[in-house]
Amino acid sequence: MQPLLKSTAATDRLELSAAGSWTAVHAGELEKLVEPVLREPAAARPAVIDIAEVRELDTFGAWLIERLFRRFAEGGPEPRLVGVPEHFRGLLDEVRHTNRRPPAARGQENRFLAAVENLGRHTAEIGSDFLNLVATFGEMGVALGRAFLRPQILTSIVHHLDRVAWQAVPIILLITFLIGGIIAQQGIFHFRKFGAEDYVVDLVGILVLREIGVLLVAIMVAGRSGSSYTAELGSMKMREEIDALRTMGLDPVEVLILPRVLALVCALPILTFLGSMSALLGGGFVAWLYGGMAPEIFIERLREAISIDHFEVGIIKAPFMALVIGAVAVSEGLKVKGSAESLGLQTTTSVVKSIFYVIVLDGIFAVFFASIGM
Amino acid sequence: MAAPDREPVIRVRDLVVGFGDRVVLDHLSLDVRRGEILGVVGASGGGKSVLLRTIIGLIPKRQGKIEVFGIDLDAATPDETRAIGRRCGILFQQGALFSSLTALQNVQYPMREFLEASEELMTDVALAKLEMVGLTREDAEKFPSELSGGMTKRVALARALALDPEIVFLDEPTSGLDPISAEDFDSLIRTLQQTLGLTVYMNTHDLHTLNSVCDRIAALADGKVVALGDMEAMHACEHPWVHEYFGGKRARAVAHEPEPAAT
Ligand SMILES: Nc1ncnc2c1ncn2[C@@H]1O[C@H](COP(=O)(O)OP(=O)(O)O)[C@@H](O)[C@H]1O
Ligand SMILES: [Mg+2]
Repeated sequence: MQPLLKSTAATDRLELSAAGSWTAVHAGELEKLVEPVLREPAAARPAVIDIAEVRELDTFGAWLIERLFRRFAEGGPEPRLVGVPEHFRGLLDEVRHTNRRPPAARGQENRFLAAVENLGRHTAEIGSDFLNLVATFGEMGVALGRAFLRPQILTSIVHHLDRVAWQAVPIILLITFLIGGIIAQQGIFHFRKFGAEDYVVDLVGILVLREIGVLLVAIMVAGRSGSSYTAELGSMKMREEIDALRTMGLDPVEVLILPRVLALVCALPILTFLGSMSALLGGGFVAWLYGGMAPEIFIERLREAISIDHFEVGIIKAPFMALVIGAVAVSEGLKVKGSAESLGLQTTTSVVKSIFYVIVLDGIFAVFFASIGM
Repeated sequence: MAAPDREPVIRVRDLVVGFGDRVVLDHLSLDVRRGEILGVVGASGGGKSVLLRTIIGLIPKRQGKIEVFGIDLDAATPDETRAIGRRCGILFQQGALFSSLTALQNVQYPMREFLEASEELMTDVALAKLEMVGLTREDAEKFPSELSGGMTKRVALARALALDPEIVFLDEPTSGLDPISAEDFDSLIRTLQQTLGLTVYMNTHDLHTLNSVCDRIAALADGKVVALGDMEAMHACEHPWVHEYFGGKRARAVAHEPEPAAT
C-alpha cells in the first residue's frame, strides 16, 4: 500500500497525518514525503502527528516518524503523537531511545596534506619493510639452529617440496620450453639477415643458462608458491591459528616458516635446472623445424658455445632468489590483519615485491660475476 | 505475543537431505507458525544446521517440499526467490560478518542492495539497529576482527534484522557466550520479536533459552522431528535422546527456575 503523509495547517497547530505502509520497501518514497516537512522552517505552532491510518510499520518507518518528531521538538513546543495503534507502540518506544548521541564530528581533512602524509608514510614504509625482511632472515637463522635438534622438520620439508617442486614441474617445463623456442625463432629470424643463423645457438645457450632460465623460474615460483605461502600464513593468522601454536610453546618460525622456505631453497635450483634444459630443448626444436639446423649440429655448436661457467652462474643464483621469495612471502603473510581484503592485498604485495627483489638480486649478481670474470 | 496458531509461514514436508551415502534428514516434516519463536534442539551433528540451511536454500534437498510464505521454493521464479530472501534474515553460527566492512557497513550492506533509501537514512536506521541490539556508536566503527564473540553475534543479529525481515533464522545464537550474555541475548531476542512482530526460527543447545524464550520446541533426532510442542511435551516424549536431554539433572534445574519476568 502506498505510504502517505498529509499536512494541514490550522491556525493554532500543524497537523500531520500519516497513512499506508511505512516500511523498508517504500523507504525511497517515504523519504520524499518526509524531506519537505523537515526542511520547512520551524513553526512556533505545536505539531500533531497522527499515525492512526498507518497500516504497516517497521524500523524504517518508525525512524522517519521519530525524525519528524525530533525536528518539531527542537523547533518549538513539544509535538504530540496521536492515534498510535497498540502493536506499534513497542517499536516506536524502542526507536525513541536510539541515535540520541550526536555523531562524532569528523574533522575535514586537507587533500594536499593527506597526499603529503601518504607519501611520507609510504617512504618510511620502504625502510621498515627492508628491516622487516632482514628480521625475518635473522629469525630463520636462529630457528635453523634449533631445527637441527628436531628431525620432524624433515617430514614437513618433504611435504612442501612435493607442493612447490614436484607439482610445479609440468607447468615450468612447458613455459620454459615455449620461451626457449620463441628466443630461438626470433634469433634465427633476425640473424638470418646477416647470414649468422648459427649464432642462434650461442644466443639461446648463454641467455637461457645465465639469465632467462633462473629468472623465469624464480618469477613463476614467486607467483605460484610465494603467493600460496602468503595466503596460507595470512589465513592462519586471521583465524588465530598462529597464536594457538605460540601458546603451545611452539615457534611459528620453526614450525611453519622454516620448512616452507627451506623447501623453496631446495626446489628452485632443481626447477631452474629442469627449466633451463627444457628451454634449450625448445630452442633446439625450433632451430631444427624453423631454422633447418639438425639436432646433432645444434648440440655440437652448443658444446662449443657454452661452458660450465654459464651454467654455474645461473644455478648459483637460484637458492638466493628462493630465500628472498620465501622470506618476502612469509613476512607478508604475517602482516595480514583481520579482513579478507587485507589477505588479498598482502598476497598481491608479496608477489609484486618478491619479483622486484628477484630482479634486483639478479642485477647485483650480474655486477658481481662480471667483476670476478665469470 | 502473537497468537501462535495462525497459518504456517514455513512448511516443510517429507524432506530428505543427505551427503554421499549418509542421510542426515530422513522424511522430516515441520511447520513454523507466524509470530512464534520456534526452538530446534538436537544432538551435536544431528542436522540442525543442515535443516536450517536447506530451508534457506543453501543445501540442495533430495526429496520433499519446502514452502516459505506459501511459495514452493522449487517452483519459485528468481524474482520470488529474491523477494523471499529479502523477507528473511539469517544469523549464521559463526556470525559470517564481512571482514572488510565495519559493523555499521555490515548492517548497511543489505540495505544498499535492496532499498532505494538515502545514505543518511540507511546510516541512521543501521545505527538504530546496532543500538537496539545493545552496541554503542564506537562499536559501530569497529571491524569484525576487533569485536568480541558476543559483540560479533550482536552485529550479526543487527545485520539479520537490517531489512526488517518477517522471519529470522538464528543458528545457535547463544552458543559460545557466557551465561549472562546468553541470558541478555535471549531477552533481546524476545524483545525484538515482540516489538518487530518477528517469526523466529532458532537452533539451540541452550536449555535456558528453550525454557524461557521459545513458544514451541522441536526435537530433532534420527533425522526426524521426534517431539514438538512446549516443555511438557518434551518431558512426555519417550524418545531416548529427548528423554535424556530433558530428563537430565541440568534440565530439571532449569525447568524449576522461576520464569523470568515478562520483558
Ligand atoms: N557440507 C557437508 N558435507 C558433508 N556432510 C555434512 C555437510 N554439512 C553437514 N554435514 C554432516 O551433517 C551432519 C549434521 O550436521 P549439522 O547440521 O551441522 O549438525 P548440528 O545439528 O550440530 O548443526 C553432521 O554429521 C555433518 O558431518
Ligand atoms: Mg550447527
